[in-house]
Amino acid sequence: MRFVDEYRDAGRARALAGRIAESCRPGRRYTFMEVCGGHTHTIYKHGLEDHLPSEVNLVHGPGCPVCVIPMGRVDDAIHIARRPDVIMTSFGDMMRVPGGSGSFLDAKAAGADIRMVYSPLDALKIARANPDRRVVFMAIGFETTAPSTAMTVLRAAAEDLGNFSVFCNHVMIIPAIKAILDSPDLRLDGFIGPGHVSAVIGCRPYEFIARDYRKPLVVAGFEPLDILTSVHMLLGQLAEGRCEVENQYTRVVPWDGNRIALSAMGQVMRLRPHFEWRGLGFIAHSALAMADDYAAFDAERVFDLPGLRVADPKSCQCGEVLKGVLKPWECKVFGTACTPETPIGTCMVSSEGACAAYYNFGRFSREQISAAAREPREASRP
Amino acid sequence: MCLGIPGELVEFVQEHEDLAVVDVSGVRRRVNVGLLADEGLRPGDWVLVHVGFALSKISEREAQAVFDYLQGLGQPYADELDALRGSDIG
Repeated sequence: MRFVDEYRDAGRARALAGRIAESCRPGRRYTFMEVCGGHTHTIYKHGLEDHLPSEVNLVHGPGCPVCVIPMGRVDDAIHIARRPDVIMTSFGDMMRVPGGSGSFLDAKAAGADIRMVYSPLDALKIARANPDRRVVFMAIGFETTAPSTAMTVLRAAAEDLGNFSVFCNHVMIIPAIKAILDSPDLRLDGFIGPGHVSAVIGCRPYEFIARDYRKPLVVAGFEPLDILTSVHMLLGQLAEGRCEVENQYTRVVPWDGNRIALSAMGQVMRLRPHFEWRGLGFIAHSALAMADDYAAFDAERVFDLPGLRVADPKSCQCGEVLKGVLKPWECKVFGTACTPETPIGTCMVSSEGACAAYYNFGRFSREQISAAAREPREASRP
Repeated sequence: MCLGIPGELVEFVQEHEDLAVVDVSGVRRRVNVGLLADEGLRPGDWVLVHVGFALSKISEREAQAVFDYLQGLGQPYADELDALRGSDIG
């Protein structure tokens, strides 16, 4: 038997789906949010919603870092990139994300020196090789990528590399979950917690969700059976009247996270008082900036930035999708004006964005859309 | 960017204690293993690599499962592997 079979086996999935159905109290609706875009991808790719009883409703959360970058920050980054002395470096995922006046790809086509890198350490290498240019790394991502940025800055500091800086846009998952819990738009019964973020932060930071909000959370892996198992664990907690943080993904996630990663982030970065999330607005203490001791590596202090806030396009409903209030296909422009080729909103840009995942796997059909039109609120607000 | 890709640790880079060569589906690249300094990594161990940093030590069994999962993703994994091929961390 191949290793992977135990996570994919159709018979096991059916058996698990049966146990999930047995765990539901008849007539009750259960709404669980999967916070991470990777989970959203698996759910659509494998059609997991088809395996779940009608009582269980999965809604998609804000855990796609490309999706939550506000347009004004893209514009600021492009403002830096247009300087003739600058080489802007970025993960490929960021290239097509629209700002108020185009994307990195547009700016590159217009002559800006913007280079795709796999790692911030590749950006560091470009800085070493180009001492007469200023190399900026566009840092995005949740706690999965923030330690990499922090370790890279520590390396740059050790080498006293004066022409390298970071445009820091790292965001944190816990304040986003709290903002959703405090939002009146959605009533949730529990969370499927992110996998790789939790490999860094561990499981303890989620404990307030169980303690203060009385919602269970299960940290989950990315295989279909991981997600079905996590749904079963959430239902089990609710049936037993428990609200706890449980770890289904012990294969990768240690309960206490990664000590060295957290320490590097704590050394190099500081909490911002507030940060704007696309679609969600300003969330207090939800993002990281460079710490004062590393100001020389902080692109926000090295360069003058416009820092303008740019409103999202009126037709775009990414905010509602990111909060789980709307399903992708309930958005007015989904699949018509907004497609992966010509995205209006960020959820259609990243492969982990809920809209792109739904669009790419062809699960929307006229029947589903018309069913959604008949009862749009029932699908998202039980 | 969000994908964790499994690699087998081939050897440490002598002149830099935080760097090691890993093999990802036949692509050998240097990655930073400094975040796993507590794990006592040895050649033959498997790690999940995110943007050039090994973030988690995993079993070979898990590595195979993740590898299969990634192949199933199609284009996003192809893009990530292409980006890794272009990486030259020193």
